[in-house]
Amino acid sequence: MKNMIKFILKKTIRMVSLLIALCIISFLLISYSPIDPIQAYVGADMMRVGPEQRDKIAEYWGLDQSPLEQFVQWGSRVLQGDLGTSMIYRRPVADIISEKFLNSIILMSLAWLLSGIIGFIIGSIAAMKKDTWIDRTIKWYCYTLASTPTFWIGLLFLMIFAAWLDWFPIGLGVPAGVIAEDVTIGDRIKHLILPTLTLSMIGIANIALHTRQKLIDILSSDYVLFAKARGEKGFVLFWRHGLRNVALPAITLQFAAFSELFGGAVIAETVFSYPGLGQATVEAGLRGDVPLLLGIVIFSAIFVFIGNLVADLIYRLVDPRIREGKFL
Amino acid sequence: MLEVNHLSISFLQYEKGLKQQQLKVIKDLSVSVHSGEILAVVGSSGSGKSLLAHAILGILPTNATTEGTIYFDGVKLTPEKKEEFRGKEISFVPQSVNFLDPLMRVGTQVRNAARGASTSAQRKAFERLRLAKDVEQKFPFQLSGGMARRVLASTAMVSGAKLIIADEPTPGMDPTVIKEALKYFRELADSGCTVLMITHDIGAALEIADKIAVFYAGTTVESAMVNDFSGDGRLLRHPYSKALWRALPQNDFLPIPGSQPLPYANLPGCLFEPRCAFATTECRQDEPKPREIRNGIVRCIHAT
Ligand SMILES: Nc1ncnc2c1ncn2[C@@H]1O[C@H](COP(=O)(O)OP(=O)(O)OP(=O)(O)O)[C@@H](O)[C@H]1O
Ligand code: SF4
Ligand SMILES: [Mg+2]
Repeated sequence: MKNMIKFILKKTIRMVSLLIALCIISFLLISYSPIDPIQAYVGADMMRVGPEQRDKIAEYWGLDQSPLEQFVQWGSRVLQGDLGTSMIYRRPVADIISEKFLNSIILMSLAWLLSGIIGFIIGSIAAMKKDTWIDRTIKWYCYTLASTPTFWIGLLFLMIFAAWLDWFPIGLGVPAGVIAEDVTIGDRIKHLILPTLTLSMIGIANIALHTRQKLIDILSSDYVLFAKARGEKGFVLFWRHGLRNVALPAITLQFAAFSELFGGAVIAETVFSYPGLGQATVEAGLRGDVPLLLGIVIFSAIFVFIGNLVADLIYRLVDPRIREGKFL
Repeated sequence: MLEVNHLSISFLQYEKGLKQQQLKVIKDLSVSVHSGEILAVVGSSGSGKSLLAHAILGILPTNATTEGTIYFDGVKLTPEKKEEFRGKEISFVPQSVNFLDPLMRVGTQVRNAARGASTSAQRKAFERLRLAKDVEQKFPFQLSGGMARRVLASTAMVSGAKLIIADEPTPGMDPTVIKEALKYFRELADSGCTVLMITHDIGAALEIADKIAVFYAGTTVESAMVNDFSGDGRLLRHPYSKALWRALPQNDFLPIPGSQPLPYANLPGCLFEPRCAFATTECRQDEPKPREIRNGIVRCIHAT
């Protein structure tokens, strides 16, 4: 238990230092980017905005100060728990993030589960049938997937299932032109399917290839040899020894893949104009919405950190060699 | 009865680049054991003892090719037959603790080897080998080497198989437990089982075995009755067996100079020739064929 606390403390310190570095780098990148936040803020009406109004806007958002001053001000407010106000949405950053995240979390967790389960199953089948045509097909499929950009898969899905077959809507999270109260669960689900499939595609190849390799190692281990010598084979062998030993590394990998999930969500949401956190990130970046962008950076870093922490904790709690051993 | 005839095992190995070569590690090896008997296999490390066991069970790695025939109770052991017999007719006690699944409680692993009333069989075996009751709930990493070996030996006890192959079942156990385990193997043989026991411990082999096969560099140099291992070793036929016998602490404790040739060496003549005190020029020319002398089999042209 003491070890556990020490472990979490250590991780947290590393996390905090990482966060600080991330914020500084993001801030620097934005302040040197060619985007003029005021122009982005005002949008197409720029022609009608005079220099005085311009100064006023700059003053209001603190854009007239030096980057260092801006950063210090922003930082001290964040430390008090205030992430500031989004320039494009003109609402508190925390509200925007929680609203967008709610949309994303459904998409991401569905894709995460789907890719984990499918990847694990096809990886296991490939390993059990190593060097047969089944294995070769699965391997070929995974390598193809792994080398295909997400946006391309997304566009392909859009073309086939939305444009040609007309099975699913072309984009957005809800039907266009329908008021919020009239949107049914069915509508939402329909809008979710293609982005979810696209997003899960990225994870499948990774987890399947990893599971396949790990299971092949396990199947050639001494303890599987001995299990075979005791007459175990086929599915019983996999169930008793393969599954048990391969599940732990696979689950860990899946939790550690949170960062890729987040990166994938940005692309998938953009392709499908799905109103999630990923899309908000792109917007914030393109329009120089510094508070929102930094808020998302902090949030996503914590999100990924939690994924990795859970992966570590699972290992510690589930693996008897660590759980019942003295060492940690 | 178990009969292994002219068994050879080679491994396909990749050298630099794509060049492959067959590395023959077991050459023309023959042993036989009748039911009701215990054959002890002795020989230095790397002489091919474990490979023989794995070959009988059909669990060699995929890059291994075998030649020769193996018969058990008149049935030729083809790969399919081996798979069918494993765990039913043939039971195996592996050499190392790594053969236990690290994530499964050891009691369960033993029960999986049993047919019928597995829990009571497992408990009986544990009790007999003096493993405390709570051991069944432990994971392999929580066991000492000796305890893990007792767990491995228990798998053979619960299997009800007719052929038991035990690869070094006793190291790390304390003397009373060794006695108990050996006694158990003897009982199995007396009840009609065929037992092949691989061991470094010639003393233990002498206590329970009926016959002893001496391995050297991947082949059997001698098969002898237990009684031949006595006195100054005069009854033994092969110079290596004699040297091995004299090297024991209770005898002259004389080490054998030199070391076993590597599989790459490809000696044309007798494999023991570089270390043999009786070697002549003929020994270097042809591989000695196995010959029957005084109810035993020996591979030495000068043996009498
Ligand atoms: N997978 C393999 N590939 C190549 N060579 C192998 C392989 N397994 C075993 N060998 C070789 O075969 C020979 C015999 O090995 P084996 O494990 O049967 O020895 P052993 O008599 O059981 O020794 P020990 O007493 O140390 O257990 C050794 O020279 C070893 O290097
Ligand atoms: S054949 Fe020659 S070298 Fe080989 S063991 Fe006999 S005497 Fe020694
Ligand atoms: Mg061995």
